Amino acid sequence: MLLSPKTEQKIVQAFLYFFTSIAVLVLLFILVVILKNGLPQLSLEFLTKNPADMGREGGILSTIVATIFLTFIALLVATPLGVGTAIYLTEYTIESRLTRIIRFGAECLAGIPSIIFGLFGFILFVNKLKFGWSILSGGLTLAFMVLPTIIRTSEEAIKSVPQAYRLVSFSLGSTRWQAITRVVLPSAVPGIVTGIILSIGRSIGETAAVIFTAGSALRMPSSLFSSSRTMAVHFYILAKEGVSMPKAYGTAAVLVIAILIINIMTYYLMEKYIKRKS
Amino acid sequence: MKEIAIQVRNFSHYYGSHQSLKNLNFDVYRHEILGIIGPAKSGKSTFLACLNRLNDLLPGSRVEGQILVDGQDIYGPEVDVVALRRKIGMVFATPVPLPMSIYENVVYGVRLLGKNNRKELDQIVEDSLEKAGLWNEVKDRLQTSALKLSGGQQQRLCIARILALKPEYILLDEPTSGLDPISTMKIEDSLRMLKKDYTIILVTNNTKQAARVADRTAFFLMGELVEIDDTRVIFTRPSDKRTEGYLEGKFG
Ligand SMILES: Nc1ncnc2c1ncn2[C@@H]1O[C@H](COP(=O)(O)OP(=O)(O)OP(=O)(O)O)[C@@H](O)[C@H]1O
Ligand SMILES: [Mg+2]
Repeated sequence: MLLSPKTEQKIVQAFLYFFTSIAVLVLLFILVVILKNGLPQLSLEFLTKNPADMGREGGILSTIVATIFLTFIALLVATPLGVGTAIYLTEYTIESRLTRIIRFGAECLAGIPSIIFGLFGFILFVNKLKFGWSILSGGLTLAFMVLPTIIRTSEEAIKSVPQAYRLVSFSLGSTRWQAITRVVLPSAVPGIVTGIILSIGRSIGETAAVIFTAGSALRMPSSLFSSSRTMAVHFYILAKEGVSMPKAYGTAAVLVIAILIINIMTYYLMEKYIKRKS
Repeated sequence: MKEIAIQVRNFSHYYGSHQSLKNLNFDVYRHEILGIIGPAKSGKSTFLACLNRLNDLLPGSRVEGQILVDGQDIYGPEVDVVALRRKIGMVFATPVPLPMSIYENVVYGVRLLGKNNRKELDQIVEDSLEKAGLWNEVKDRLQTSALKLSGGQQQRLCIARILALKPEYILLDEPTSGLDPISTMKIEDSLRMLKKDYTIILVTNNTKQAARVADRTAFFLMGELVEIDDTRVIFTRPSDKRTEGYLEGKFG
């Protein structure tokens, strides 16, 4: 049976509409459940008090601080490493077996389940390097976990900078490094930042890789070597061990809201950056 | 007697095994506009790229013979390529303003030299834009993005950007190919003014343009220099049949 193009168009549209709404509905459902159960838990006290009695009482301040530190270290390490690798791959090499091996390595890294990173971090940072269960071990593990994302997004961003910009820069007497720092990277910033934001999101939400490397102590971390518990891990433990469902929802709500705020802020800043550039 | 600025001696260029320039021999005089005409793929752009060594960036690019600029072999071992490129400015067919303000575009090359004195830069911006015939149109919006300029303005900005480096040579590769007649005329006017102080090589696929602005004209064909002579001679009584054929529109 042949459909008229018009009917066909309508049917396809209906299907696509249907699938899109499912995606949106699932997202909404998650948001509603978490916020409905979590928002009533939120208070100034919840955000500014440390957990007490295994998390049954008090707030989640120490887990917020731990999450921020861990994410910060992860990005501090992964950003220069990832952007540097991307620059090397795109600007300093011609496609060869070596670049293909590096790229393949990064792809493989991206496909590894996070719990394997946890194991790797446990063996290398916690045991071999004797950092123990600590912010440092956790941060470094997360850095390796998000590295492939940063490499890939930075590479795409750098590649999409018009070749003509490089030629112009060279023809005006720049060295390769000057061309990269003055023209290529500034044009690639939005893409690179996107990769960083994705990585922040993943770091904040990660549990498996963190529980093995940063531990789950509830104390306020006092140094890089403190064992500590991130919000995501806190949520996991509260919920799984049935410590306190209300506190678990409260933590989840803070997590979700934090990620929302980061995304909105970045979006806003990028808009401004792009406007200023063009 | 005219002073010789550039000497091309037995010069050939290859992309891998493909020979794109075949044993060129000719001179460029100081403070002249040399027009280069020829059909597509005759090696005109390649020749310009060889002159300021942008061809170094292309994989598989290789040269034979010599090009002497002010007596110095630019493929010699002691040549500072970055300094060479400052001395020999290049304007491309499509204007490519960098994604920054008009002001920053003009001083881009100067800043690379470490000059950051605001007063000095202001002066360079005004002088360069003035010489490129753009100052009056943009003097009130130097801090706005260069991407907002029209095509013709962008191309004059590209010329100003080169002038800011106080070069001795200006290479232009079909600089008006994408522009309307009025913008084209403005650029040709600028070129006539600039020739007092600079030696200019203008590649053009528009033979009339060569006839209008070039002092001498060279005709390239499939990587060979067919002939080079005073523009008037080339256009009225060329000595080679192929030149005559090209000018009559038989090929290309
Ligand atoms: N990057 C490159 N790699 C390989 N071959 C090239 C490259 N650029 C140009 N060529 C070849 O070199 C020859 C000369 O090309 P060139 O671009 O110099 O010609 P042109 O006279 O500038 O032509 P047009 O009028 O189309 O701009 C052509 O055969 C072309 O295919
Ligand atoms: Mg060309």
